[in-house]
Amino acid sequence: MTKTPHISVQHLDVHIGAQHILKDININIPDKKVTSIIGPSGCGKTTLLKSFNRLWDNTADVKITGKVLVDGEDIYAPDAEVTHIRKKMGLLSQRPYPLPMSIYDNVAYGPRIHGIRKKQVLDQLVEEQLKATGLWNEVKDRLNASATRLSIGQQQRLCLARGLAVGPEIILGDESTSALDPVSTAIIEDLFISLKEKYSIVLVTHILRQARRVSDYIIFVYMGKIIEFGPTEEVLLNPKEELTKEYVKGYIS
Amino acid sequence: MNFRLLKDKILSKLMLVFTLASVSLLLVIGIGLYYKSVPIIQRLGWTELITTSVWKPLKGLFGFFPFIMGTLWVTAIAIIIALPLCLLTALYIVEYAPARIKRILTPFVNLLSGIPPVIFGVWGVLFIIPLIQANIAPHFVEFSTGYSVLAGGIVLAVMIFPLIVSIISEVLRTIPQELKDASLALGATKWETIKKVILRKALPGIVAATVLAISRAFGETIAVLMVCGNNAVVPHSVFDTGYPLPALIANNYGEMLSIPSYDSALMFAALLLFIIILLFNIISRVILARLERRLAA
Repeated sequence: MTKTPHISVQHLDVHIGAQHILKDININIPDKKVTSIIGPSGCGKTTLLKSFNRLWDNTADVKITGKVLVDGEDIYAPDAEVTHIRKKMGLLSQRPYPLPMSIYDNVAYGPRIHGIRKKQVLDQLVEEQLKATGLWNEVKDRLNASATRLSIGQQQRLCLARGLAVGPEIILGDESTSALDPVSTAIIEDLFISLKEKYSIVLVTHILRQARRVSDYIIFVYMGKIIEFGPTEEVLLNPKEELTKEYVKGYIS
Repeated sequence: MNFRLLKDKILSKLMLVFTLASVSLLLVIGIGLYYKSVPIIQRLGWTELITTSVWKPLKGLFGFFPFIMGTLWVTAIAIIIALPLCLLTALYIVEYAPARIKRILTPFVNLLSGIPPVIFGVWGVLFIIPLIQANIAPHFVEFSTGYSVLAGGIVLAVMIFPLIVSIISEVLRTIPQELKDASLALGATKWETIKKVILRKALPGIVAATVLAISRAFGETIAVLMVCGNNAVVPHSVFDTGYPLPALIANNYGEMLSIPSYDSALMFAALLLFIIILLFNIISRVILARLERRLAA
């Protein structure tokens, strides 16, 4: 790769308590693509994803060494400022967690924090992002209703819109469809595929079919190590490593 | 019938009986107090008892207005001082403190609630009253002995502190980490997250904690009695003396049979306190229910 990737991980080690969760992770996340992190439960997928935007900061007993470079900046450097790093990434968690406010305010929350006050600008941003996530037609008449009134699938799309509203370059999805019904899942998956034109997307998933449907690249993690990384078809259909072969066939889970 | 099922049935009924018994205690106390207050109510009537300010038991004049106001002043001052401090303390303990400090702090806060009220009273007399007299009051009024509703409020604030802190901490702990993460992941600072997400989510719990603390504060007797000055005059500033209802009852209980109508008047004081706390609880329940509905809507 000629240009520096948005996310580049170098010699990352993560310990939680006495456990060595991630071991010497080195990876460049491809830009403007969907990359899926797959692997059995407890292998460190989510830990890896959360280390991209320092969401471990508030957890006790977590020790992180190595570098995560976001646009060339080491986010674990002692003087790194975390809020502007997080602003570059939208996070979509396992279950939707709408903020305790209206639909409108949920989307406007991020922009407001980052200093946008003008109602006109906010209105436009909210509409834009709700349209981008296909929610606009469903909610445009009740923007002031509480976000918790939406269905869980709608809530997840709202959370995506909320993340996009701060203008990130990267979207992080942590098993974002695991709480959703098949229809909502399909909608979210389609969104990921359409959003990769503008964003670099990293997903954690334990559903191989989903990884195959949406991703361009796959990272296979096992016992805290990256076993294999490559284009989706290659990793899933023609894996080089024995462990990947076994996992893909369903021997390890 | 199967013996196990029978046992289950009997036990559940037994528990129901005990529950009803404890609930009906409230009713029994209310009726008891009312029954004992009837003589004075019949003689002077509700309006005169509640709205007049002259307290001369020997002349048969019983105006409860100063005591009602004394109770309200002391309680209001206490909650105004305690609530912000408690909120910040609870936020620090739950959101900011490192695990080690958390482990040390929490038992300390709880220890405060184990200190007997009379010790708080002594502390008030020895420390708060001279402080008010020498260092606070001179900036605002010409003269104050230090015995004042402010002193009562401060002592009371310290006494309700552990209760509010522990309830608010519990409420804050129930807020899912993922919700906080959602805000942080958007680039919000911790304080922004607290202000806009955590406090909003915790609001009903904070209100509930405040209600409980106020109910407790209304009835707190001995410590308040020691520092308020106990003068049957309506306070007009925080440096005025006050005479809350519980202090009135405790101070005069011993001699209530020596003056005509005095026993009935003191029972009426207890009834008033009972009604104030009951009304306050009912009103705050309504507010709480509205609040929860609004947050859900």
